[in-house]
Amino acid sequence: MSKIIVVTSGKGGVGKTTTSASIATGLAKSGHKTVVIDFDIGLRNLDLVMGCERRVVYDFVNVVNGEANLNQALIKDKRCDNLYILPASQTRDKDALTIEGVQSVLDQLKTQFEFILCDSPAGIEHGAMMALYFADEAIVTTNPEVSSVRDSDRILGMLQSRSLRAEQGLEPVKEHLLLCRYVPSRVDAGDMLSLEDVTEILAIPLIGLIPECGSVLKASNGGTPVILDETSPAGQAYADTVARLLGEERPLRFVSEERKGWLKKLFGG
Amino acid sequence: MSLLDYFKRDNKGDSARTAKERLQIIVAHERSHRSGPSYLPQLEQDLLAVISKYVSIEPDQVQIQIDHNDGELAVLEVNVTLSDR
Repeated sequence: MSKIIVVTSGKGGVGKTTTSASIATGLAKSGHKTVVIDFDIGLRNLDLVMGCERRVVYDFVNVVNGEANLNQALIKDKRCDNLYILPASQTRDKDALTIEGVQSVLDQLKTQFEFILCDSPAGIEHGAMMALYFADEAIVTTNPEVSSVRDSDRILGMLQSRSLRAEQGLEPVKEHLLLCRYVPSRVDAGDMLSLEDVTEILAIPLIGLIPECGSVLKASNGGTPVILDETSPAGQAYADTVARLLGEERPLRFVSEERKGWLKKLFGG
Repeated sequence: MSLLDYFKRDNKGDSARTAKERLQIIVAHERSHRSGPSYLPQLEQDLLAVISKYVSIEPDQVQIQIDHNDGELAVLEVNVTLSDR
């Protein structure tokens, strides 16, 4: 049985594509055959973050329109054996996707893959609806910041009313909160919403916490998902997230500021 | 954190608390609209327009919601707060 997971947020720039790239890579590295689809038609970026931008020949919309078959459009990742990318079209707009078209592509993918990750565009318009419509599970990417939390709540409402599972009265989409760009020192100082604040407001279970981390930008500069930077806090936090997604229990890390010795506390640094 | 900061710790900012309180209010408000019928926002607008013809009123002085009791009947609750003057 394959699982369709949407990575969504409502608000833009909170870390959907970074998350999609890292989680897809993590699942594949754990031995699960995984495909990650870029639903951001017209603003393709997953290919860049995953470092395969020069290997795109055909895209998602070509497959929907029957201009290419699925295997022509799928890009095999060079680092992970079990990982494939289905890039978005750069020349069309988001209305190029239809429910029937998306469904036929997903049905074909289901025969080959265990995990199908859908990297949603920002917003709550057509493209975002297409990305979440068929989801079994949702990773709601949120930053500890007012507009991101509000938009995440809005997207949760969409998942609960506008998804296929909601429309057909099936078991609801399983929702996971992924809190990104967390800065424990700012939380301690009282100028950033805490993990507890966000989970209290959104009231969905937490799947992971990704600390604000310079390695995320470095990784995207080089087109390598940050999860492959195993020494970085963000990379480790994504690895924990993937393990939890696969049912493993992992303690939360990076929730509090790294402890400094009393000398450093006294003299700063 | 330096020695000076150590003594300043009591002056902790509380903008995060403000953020949380504002979010709790707006999210609760938006959720109550989400669970109601689709005509509810328009109904609220129309009611606001009618009341505004007679008294000066701000949008947040009108609250409207639908309560479902035991599945058999629903109650439309309209709450209008008027200023003293």
